[in-house]
Amino acid sequence: MRLVLDSEQRQLRSTVRELLADHAPPTRVREVMDGGDGYDPALWRRVSAELGLAGLVVSESRGGSGAGHVERCVVLEELGRALAPVPYLASAALAVDTVLALEDATLEQRLLAGLASGERIGAVAPAGDDGDWGSATASLTAGWRDGGWVLDGHVSFVVSGDVADTVLAYATAPEGPAWFAVSGDAAGLGRTRLRTLDPTRPMARLEFASTPAHRADGADPAAVLEAVRDRAAVALTAERVGMMSRVLEMTVDYTKSRVQFGRPVGSYQAVKHGCADMYCAYQQAESVLRYAAWAADHAPAELPLAAALAQAHTGPASFRVAADAVQLHGGVGYTWEHDAHLYYKRAKTSELLLGAADQQRERLAERLGV
Amino acid sequence: MDVEDGPVDTFRARVRQWLADNAPEPTVNRSPEEQLAAAKRFQAALYDAGFAGITWPVEFGGQGLTAAEQQVFNDEAADYDLPTDPFMIGMGMCGPTLVDLGTTEQKTRYLRPLLRGERIWCQLFSEPGAGSDVASLQTRAVGDGSDWVVNGQKVWTSGAQQADFGALLARTDPDVPKHQGLTMFIVDMHAPGVSVRPLRDMTGRAPFNEVYFDDVRLPADAVLGEVDGGWAAAVTMLGHERVSIGGSVRRRHDPLAYTNLAELARRTGRADDPVVRGELAELYAAERALTLFNSRLRQEADSGTPPGARGSVAKLGGAELLWRAVRVAGLIAGARTAAWDPADEAGEELAVAINATPASSIAGGTNQIQRGIIGDRVLGLPKEPQVDRDVPFRELRVGTQPRA
Ligand SMILES: Cc1cc2nc3c(=O)[nH]c(=O)nc-3n(C[C@H](O)[C@H](O)[C@H](O)COP(=O)(O)OP(=O)(O)OC[C@H]3O[C@@H](n4cnc5c(N)ncnc54)[C@H](O)[C@@H]3O)c2cc1C
Repeated sequence: MRLVLDSEQRQLRSTVRELLADHAPPTRVREVMDGGDGYDPALWRRVSAELGLAGLVVSESRGGSGAGHVERCVVLEELGRALAPVPYLASAALAVDTVLALEDATLEQRLLAGLASGERIGAVAPAGDDGDWGSATASLTAGWRDGGWVLDGHVSFVVSGDVADTVLAYATAPEGPAWFAVSGDAAGLGRTRLRTLDPTRPMARLEFASTPAHRADGADPAAVLEAVRDRAAVALTAERVGMMSRVLEMTVDYTKSRVQFGRPVGSYQAVKHGCADMYCAYQQAESVLRYAAWAADHAPAELPLAAALAQAHTGPASFRVAADAVQLHGGVGYTWEHDAHLYYKRAKTSELLLGAADQQRERLAERLGV
Repeated sequence: MDVEDGPVDTFRARVRQWLADNAPEPTVNRSPEEQLAAAKRFQAALYDAGFAGITWPVEFGGQGLTAAEQQVFNDEAADYDLPTDPFMIGMGMCGPTLVDLGTTEQKTRYLRPLLRGERIWCQLFSEPGAGSDVASLQTRAVGDGSDWVVNGQKVWTSGAQQADFGALLARTDPDVPKHQGLTMFIVDMHAPGVSVRPLRDMTGRAPFNEVYFDDVRLPADAVLGEVDGGWAAAVTMLGHERVSIGGSVRRRHDPLAYTNLAELARRTGRADDPVVRGELAELYAAERALTLFNSRLRQEADSGTPPGARGSVAKLGGAELLWRAVRVAGLIAGARTAAWDPADEAGEELAVAINATPASSIAGGTNQIQRGIIGDRVLGLPKEPQVDRDVPFRELRVGTQPRA
């Protein structure tokens, strides 16, 4: 088990951090957040086409760079740190993982290279109205009509669903659940951008009316659902670790310089010990992340447990840290102008994206065999 | 590169086989003397097999291996209840400090018997008036020719009742500020003038002691580190202490460990309750996160980054984990936590574990002190105003007692 980054991985981290410092400073994040596009196409091109970071878990023969989850997590950490406005989670993580897990040669041929180069933005739609992972089978049905598959119904909570060129949806087909690929410009596809708690992470509701779709053949659809969910847990954990490192940094910097009662507030124990607790949570979350990412690359049999651990543990931890950051900044931390709230909102969303806390704990308990 | 390649795997196989052949049966119902004798026999065998002092230098009896092998050993040892408690302070704190600061003569003389379990060590820092603020201690060592003469009292000294040597922190110069006038000494616990009185803790047992020094004579070569450089030596030892406590192997039958609580829940039919399941899952997650953090510290140490003050994260995390486990234990065991049949050994063990839990949040630096260390030394937050930093020790108010 390897829990520390090697020099190449550390190099990757600084490259991405520098890129984001130049091209995704907080001012830019806010411009995109306030604008209508949902993401920053120029930044997305830099991250994907120029640096080749969207295909890290795709082999070279299929258009990726054949690195791995450890590397992808390094990138996700940096994107989380910066709250970078790119559809990386949806496309380079969820969609790529789904296509890989589906093992459908036609789909791979049609989608992988484009997803890996970032030319194509993908999104994954496993949830219906209650947001539960897999619940789309209750609201989306597939039927065979005129020599092809069509979808009817709707899905919701689709991350980057508003901008995706390809949507991978989980639906009920006549003989049970199945995965379908739908083109973003397919006939009968309607999209509504949802109002979101986190203004930096767009989500959409998609309506399907006799919408043509490609049905994925290959792996067991329910197994794919689980595999993607596990990898999503690891990816979200990576974002969280990046977010935690950033809010901690902000809080330490601020409490060092903010003076009340004649001394920096960071010298008061209530504040200092609060920072220490944030640091402990962050350090443990990072350890869990390194393990889960390592498992995804080198010990797939350990991944289901590692992923459940990562999600159940770091979801609530990162929200706690983000909330403490607001608290330790005082009034200024509660203003719209300050960035603390963006992390607070991202952390809450991130905690709930794969199901509420009770579900995460139950999933872990099940995998532990409790 | 995968760390588990090659030699480490071979090492694991050797450890596993050796433990399977040599790990002793638990020694319940034996007298403390018999238990200690059995522990010493085991430690000697461990040393002879090449599994003691895994990361210590070869020339002083260690194995000269890396933290990766140490990790392997700890992983494998977690399946047993090895009788290594009496050697914890020597192996985890005094020994590593000797390795860092001892003269060649001292290392040659003390390390091998320490590793082989022939000599037991204790840490003589805390005093009635000086715990968290250990630099305010009052035990005096006064020069007499080339010797030193020690007078004073230590308290809460773990294992002093069975110790052969102690690492003593004493004041050698009261006319300078408190951190500057301390010296660390190696004390023979059997020397004339040293008396050890057992002190009962809140579990009712007496694992720690009061230690009195009455005109105890120490030779010049008893000094560990520099004369009046005792604070630096103490900081070195306290750093080892935090890492050692934080990264220590838990007993296999520890009633507050996740595995055993999950087992208890299954046995008592509590494992179907969603609240219990959720709490158990969180306990597992907290325990695993801390284990992974400790493994990461070891891997970082191997690649050249020593843990430094981040050992405090492990120490604090371990203490907090126990409080969580106490909560989960109560949830699962219910009323049986409060009262049990005299024949029910498990009831007794859980009670002792619950009653011993505060120790982790106090011993080796309290949780408050650990948070202070993380804030000051890891995060670089501004220190609190210190009223005593530049005042000669003689003029300070210390502890709760009037000054002598
Ligand atoms: C089981 C056990 C084993 C021990 N073994 C040994 C041993 O082998 N050798 C040895 O030398 N000592 C040993 N000790 C002593 C231990 O190191 C001290 O008890 C500990 O450092 C706390 O010191 P104190 O008891 O004097 O409490 P105090 O320092 O008086 O603390 C009282 C309270 O004030 C808080 N406090 C103190 N200073 C600060 C501060 N600056 N900021 C915030 N809060 C503060 C503390 O957290 C605590 O809550 C042991 C203690 C225990 C419980």
